[in-house]
Amino acid sequence: MAYPYVHASEVRVISRNFGDPAARTLEGYRERGGYRGLTRALEIGPATVIDEVKASGLRGRGGAGFPTGLKWSFMPRAAVKPHYLLCNADESEPGTFKDRELIRWDPHQLIEGCLIAAYAMGSRHAYIYLRGEFFEASQVIARALEEAYGAGFAGADILGSGTHIDVTAHVGAGAYICGEETGLMNSLEGRRGEPRVKPPFPAAVGVYSMPTTINNVETLAAVPHIVEHGGEWYRQWGTDKSPGTKLFCVSGHVEKPGNYELPLGFPMMELIEDVCGGVAEGRTLKSVIPGGSSVPLMDAEDCRECTLCYEGVEAAGSMLGCASVIVMDDRTDIVREVRRMVQFYAHESCGQCTPCREGTSWMTQVLRRIEAGRGSESDLDTLLDMSAQMTGTTICVLSDSAAAPVVSSIEKFRDEYLALIHRGESAEVA
Amino acid sequence: MSTVTLTIDGRQVTVPEGTSLLHAAQEIGVEVPHYCYHPALSAPAQCRLCLVDVEGAPKPMPSCVTQAQDGQVVRTDDGLAREMRKGVLEFYLINHPLDCPICDQSGECKLQDYVHSEGRAHGRGIEPKRVFGRDDFGGDVLFYGDRCVMCTRCVRFMEEMAQDPVLTVVERGDRAVIDTFFEQGLRDSPYAGNIVDICPVGALVSKDFLHKARAWDLDHTPSVCPNCSQGCNIDIHTRDNVVHRLKPRENPEVNGHWMCDYGRGRYEWMNRGDRIEEPFVRGDGGWSAPGWHAALASLRERLEACRGPVRAVAAAHASNEDLAALRELMDRLGGGDIVYRSPRAPDEVPLPGFPVLTRRRDLAPNTRGAELLGLRRVGSDDATGGLEEVAAGAGALIALADELADQPEDFGSRAELFVYLGAHPAPAARSAHFVLPVTTFAEQEGTFTSVQTRVQRFEPALRAAGHAQPAWQVLGSLAASLAGRPAPASASEVFDRLAAGVPEYEGLSYDRIGARGTAVDRPAALAGER
Repeated sequence: MAYPYVHASEVRVISRNFGDPAARTLEGYRERGGYRGLTRALEIGPATVIDEVKASGLRGRGGAGFPTGLKWSFMPRAAVKPHYLLCNADESEPGTFKDRELIRWDPHQLIEGCLIAAYAMGSRHAYIYLRGEFFEASQVIARALEEAYGAGFAGADILGSGTHIDVTAHVGAGAYICGEETGLMNSLEGRRGEPRVKPPFPAAVGVYSMPTTINNVETLAAVPHIVEHGGEWYRQWGTDKSPGTKLFCVSGHVEKPGNYELPLGFPMMELIEDVCGGVAEGRTLKSVIPGGSSVPLMDAEDCRECTLCYEGVEAAGSMLGCASVIVMDDRTDIVREVRRMVQFYAHESCGQCTPCREGTSWMTQVLRRIEAGRGSESDLDTLLDMSAQMTGTTICVLSDSAAAPVVSSIEKFRDEYLALIHRGESAEVA
Repeated sequence: MSTVTLTIDGRQVTVPEGTSLLHAAQEIGVEVPHYCYHPALSAPAQCRLCLVDVEGAPKPMPSCVTQAQDGQVVRTDDGLAREMRKGVLEFYLINHPLDCPICDQSGECKLQDYVHSEGRAHGRGIEPKRVFGRDDFGGDVLFYGDRCVMCTRCVRFMEEMAQDPVLTVVERGDRAVIDTFFEQGLRDSPYAGNIVDICPVGALVSKDFLHKARAWDLDHTPSVCPNCSQGCNIDIHTRDNVVHRLKPRENPEVNGHWMCDYGRGRYEWMNRGDRIEEPFVRGDGGWSAPGWHAALASLRERLEACRGPVRAVAAAHASNEDLAALRELMDRLGGGDIVYRSPRAPDEVPLPGFPVLTRRRDLAPNTRGAELLGLRRVGSDDATGGLEEVAAGAGALIALADELADQPEDFGSRAELFVYLGAHPAPAARSAHFVLPVTTFAEQEGTFTSVQTRVQRFEPALRAAGHAQPAWQVLGSLAASLAGRPAPASASEVFDRLAAGVPEYEGLSYDRIGARGTAVDRPAALAGER
């Protein structure tokens, strides 16, 4: 049972069944303690479930880190309209591969989390929105749903409690922007995957114009454990502001990339050097993107004292995001990496808002020109100007995400840009 | 209704609760630039041009969807808001072809206007531009993808107003482009021409108007659409005394911001060159052109001498003033029957998202006005036939504005006196004793009464052809002279006399009617119910 790599520092709560194919079946899941959280939830009632989640301090694992219990309490109490729970399984942030593993190895854990959350918010229907590329995961979750319905965990009269909750898995068509919560809602409704203007917020007007809460896969996967063991139990790990454990998706130039579940507040250098075996022999660390491609780059200096919790990474000048740690060693051409990321955003921009639609592709073109040695120093000012115009000016934060690596890389690796720019100049002279 | 008071650009404004910042700013005369917002359509807040700086907000807010709050301090014109607009406008120009010199929208283009007033003096984009090319959407609409600013007004018009969602955005990012489903085009959607009007730039242009005139050379004259009885408020756009296009003029009670393609496309007749330009009198020695003074003096004599019944055929294209003058002359001559013929379509064509606006069955603009003056409709739905009775008798016969195209050449030959007043030569008028040139509605001032019994004014957009005079002037001066009164000096004076005689118009005057018309206090009868 050697899920790609494991490490002694790990605290495997939600990833305990990774690498264990038997846990995929209902029987295997129950043998490992599954569905006890749901049973307890039905005993203690919705209000207490929300209190436990609030007490745990669980924060949204999709990137924004919003307190989950608080989010749940925004849902209107009165059940005048249908309420919906959406599980965001459109994991598309470059560098992120935790939700896929949570679904592949432990589908029932997610289904149980969905059922508890739906129960707590008075929702009779939960949707699991999977990204189009998750073919295997969609098959696994479909099989697990069949089992759950068959055993009376989902559907009408759950475990004889009279509660009715349906869970539907829906496969999107594969667009980054459908991971944005309102874009996901539009896509689920059969519209173009374009984010909606907020307000109104999903808790008031969400999918099908009904009160909706949307949670990430990892958030919901933690819920059964919190409900089973209590909110205080979850706080034994992590920091005061970032309690609990978190999956870290480490990719890039490390010896042992992979998913590692660690208590929040874990030192970044320990993750890279100890847990992941460090960068290749003879190489040095150059830069880390700590939370998926949407967050600012850090240089080696920033990483030294950084702890991996929401407040820790913020103090180091970036964001924890969804904890997708992309490690780059000294072989990396930063300008090329940044261009590659911005190009991704240009491709994935939905095209609604002008700054994003035009800005992302313009940025790509300017970065390509610099890469090709045809840039000038004024291009850097233009890029920074563009970034400012693309930050906080659009409906969703896709354009902010595209701007973040540009700004941070110009700030931290300006020399690399200048080298490319002046290499071009000297070549022309020669 | 509760109100909120806020400060915009240092000035206090009080607006009803729920008002958007964009509207609140309009209240004090501040126009926040915008593309995607249109008052009649939903607001997607995606053009990001109407962003304003709201004190205390974490980021600039789209003023089209942000509601005004009590005590809010909003800045639209300095610092952050201006910087944001400058930036967004630069983004708009990255892929815009800047082909203003050959673009029909030039001069009435919001991109041009905004960039001129607050954009960067010099663009920094040196990369090759994305090219979409041109697409024929069918009907009168041509799409220039490169000029598009992706405001999606056209998509939302077709969805929300025409309720015929044939337009959509395909692809995403900067590859996003407006298109029709599998090249099916607009499929002759009867209101599709409006997307050309609401397109803030030159992406959607009219094929009919393509390269005909520059926007700044056009004169705009407020008028009323003459192509059905709905009475859509329009502007007639003319250049050098030629009508080039009709555009809807906003009137929330009649046509909103819209007009139908049927009405929009039928203006060429206003430019007809075959006009009667002088009054003609037929005497023993054949036709002569003695000038208005002599012709009217002679006509007056003949009318006084004429014994027997007087009959008239008029057209419901004539204004209330023309018809009222005809009625008064008839009354002066001892009374008589006035009939009219008008074309009728088989169906009404409503605009589903704004059903007040309907292309009516009655295709003449003033059938309601004709009826209020006691005119009787004859003939068939294609405005032919029905004149046997009128043509049969002796006595005097007056034909006004009906070209009598279906009538035989000896029409009116049995009348003791046959007077033809028209804009265009009519073969059926060769038996006439007097052929008097009158102006079309586009060359005179007047009113039409719409199907909703709404009286609406129109103004002259063209110079009169030759010596043509408004029919109210010709007929009104004859009636006045027979009554020993001074001739009417203006259409407004004729209307005042009309208002005194017709109960429905009681108390109305041109001033009271105003620029957007006045509904006469009577329930609107639907076409076909009459």
